[in-house]
Amino acid sequence: MGVFHSALIAIEKAVKVPLFGCRMCGQCILHSTGLVCPMNCPKNLRNGPCGGVLVDGNCEVRPQMRCVWVRAYEGSRRLPVWKDHIEHLQPPVDWRLQGTSSWLNLMSGRDRQVPAGWNGLDPAGGAQGRDRDPGGAA
Amino acid sequence: MTAKAAPRSRLEAILRSGRFAVTAEMQPANGADPEEVVRFASGLRGKVDAANCTDNPAAHPHLSALAAGAFVAQAGVEPIVQLACRDRNRLALQADLLGAAALGARNVLLITGDDVSAGDHPEAKPLFDIDSMHLLRIARVLRDEGKYLSGRELTSRPSFFIGAVENPFAPPHDFRPTRLAKKIEAGAEFIQTQLCFNVPRLSKFVARCRELGLLEKVFLLVSVYVARSARAMRYLRDVVPGIDVPDEVLGRLEKAPAGRQAEEGFRLALETVAALREITGISGVHLISIKGQDAILRLIEEAGLLPRPDAGLERVS
Repeated sequence: MGVFHSALIAIEKAVKVPLFGCRMCGQCILHSTGLVCPMNCPKNLRNGPCGGVLVDGNCEVRPQMRCVWVRAYEGSRRLPVWKDHIEHLQPPVDWRLQGTSSWLNLMSGRDRQVPAGWNGLDPAGGAQGRDRDPGGAA
Repeated sequence: MTAKAAPRSRLEAILRSGRFAVTAEMQPANGADPEEVVRFASGLRGKVDAANCTDNPAAHPHLSALAAGAFVAQAGVEPIVQLACRDRNRLALQADLLGAAALGARNVLLITGDDVSAGDHPEAKPLFDIDSMHLLRIARVLRDEGKYLSGRELTSRPSFFIGAVENPFAPPHDFRPTRLAKKIEAGAEFIQTQLCFNVPRLSKFVARCRELGLLEKVFLLVSVYVARSARAMRYLRDVVPGIDVPDEVLGRLEKAPAGRQAEEGFRLALETVAALREITGISGVHLISIKGQDAILRLIEEAGLLPRPDAGLERVS
């Protein structure tokens, strides 16, 4: 890993960890999740919430914590743009990108690479991959 | 429905013909003796359209759903083999999807699964490599494209009817129909809901699904639980995450004297089934009880769900 990438990771962490509780998955979809990091969900759901959300909206695994996806839905309602991006089907996580810079992966297009079988059913056969994250600059 | 191929299962055939479907949950086996599975399944033969073989329910290990499914099929009942994302990564899940199909699973139900903290091995490593939406899409790709997620070709395709779950009773209620739409986009063809004790809430959910045009794309089966006591109901409300038991429902059981609570729980389930049949857009019920199948069998009979129709699939079974 080059000095540039290491520096970028340090800056991204410094900005996104305090702001969004970012877990540095390297494939940021914050703008599709109401600016709430989905990797804080104990089940790593990229398409939550699960069916176990408690009546008060808290997490079934950590009952003291508000469900990440309840917050994501509420957050998405408040966004001036990208409101409907929470409806997008998100592809599986590429665990190789953990700890890398999502900004770099956004610019290189690496974060939109999905397994070859993933888009098999897409009638357009197009590159409907991971949502781009223009908010990655946030 | 969009599917034009011949029905892949008895359950699919019943649903596509517009008849009200009945499924039931198998009691998970706590040992290696297939007799436990066969006995339970034999009791359901001819009484249900399919039976769910759960996959380490509530994060407690049991005899595997794949094995149970094979014995259920041998006993003359069509299995719905459940697969959860908690215990396997995407490689193992694909292997098990193919294995289930090879062992005669004509239906699969693909779920994320409870966290390990809900079970008796809370120290275990939870996998959650992929979520239920991903697993649904993978099942569709295996079946319809004849490929693994990686794109590598299969030599033969599995054939199963693909199901998912949804919980209309958990927050955020406004988002649940939208999430169902995502499950359909991912590949779900039928849905079994979380246990229903709140019919008005369910009606709202169904109405919204209708507005979104989802009911033309997916079959909705609603889960009905036969409670044996007020204590059991309180346990569901207070301990099992995601279950909505309104006060009046619990109160009804609590008011009944101890010796009458099982009967009151049965009446409640019977009334729920009747109410669900009145809601357009609900395609069937999924019946759950614990400690044996007697309550389920009695419910099927008294609710007037017998005889089960002939699905016209016998020649391929």
